[in-house]
Amino acid sequence: MTVTAVRKDPERLTMTLDAEFDAPPDRIWQLWADPRQLERWWGPPTYPATFTAHDLRSGGRVEYHMTGPEGDQSRGYWEIVEVDAPNRLVFRDGFADADGTPSTDMPINEVRVLITEGEGGQTQMSIESIFPNPAAMEQILAMGMEEGLTAAVGQIDAILAEDVAERSSGR
Amino acid sequence: MQIAPPDFDRTFGALADATRRDIVRRAIGGEEGVAELAEHYPMSFAAVQKHIAILERAGLITKERIGRRKVVRTNLEGLRVARRLLDQYEELWRGRVVRMTALVTQDPRRKNDDRYRGTERS
Repeated sequence: MTVTAVRKDPERLTMTLDAEFDAPPDRIWQLWADPRQLERWWGPPTYPATFTAHDLRSGGRVEYHMTGPEGDQSRGYWEIVEVDAPNRLVFRDGFADADGTPSTDMPINEVRVLITEGEGGQTQMSIESIFPNPAAMEQILAMGMEEGLTAAVGQIDAILAEDVAERSSGR
Repeated sequence: MQIAPPDFDRTFGALADATRRDIVRRAIGGEEGVAELAEHYPMSFAAVQKHIAILERAGLITKERIGRRKVVRTNLEGLRVARRLLDQYEELWRGRVVRMTALVTQDPRRKNDDRYRGTERS
């Protein structure tokens, strides 16, 4: 597990998660900056995400949808607040209607990503997530995040095995 | 999936006050009554009583009768509810980091022996 620390503050409604990767900051930035890479980790295996717009500039928009096992889709978007490649990304993650219009009655949570170079070629990534209020946090979790989280964690081995297979087949 | 009971908002509202959080901590052992608890705080008995009422409505504490005494006791289950949502959110991001790691370590330039580092068997 590369998650090195998690701080949760129920009163301030924030969660901060620190992770460490054995790759340079540019490589980690790509995970956010390349929509094809994003698609491979944003959603769990049972609810893969498809990014249909990806304008990673201050004031820009990123649009995506997640597709469930029954073919059900939920739409979301990011409103980009701040970008400073390859170190900093701040965005507001919200829900959208079927036609892509942001839902006004749905809560938004702000995500602050900080990527810094560590020692020995490692990279630290810190994710700070802020919810506007408890009801919003509850709603966000109920709407988009129940999607097979356990499955996501349980399928790690399968994902890794697939990577091995991909590579040995020369792809 | 049921995430939290309907009084979830109330739980967080009750915990948003430093005095009330302190009462919740002190009442874990369930040894003191309202009057004894009130002595810990530089405020009126009525004010402490009001805080306790808010905590009681939120299901964070209960009043228990022990013999002739009535003690305030923390309802640990109520407290866990507040934590649970953030725990779920943590799981979500942990899953994402695992997938990010898998992507980064599958780069051709990464060494083979790095492959299984940083993964967790469930």
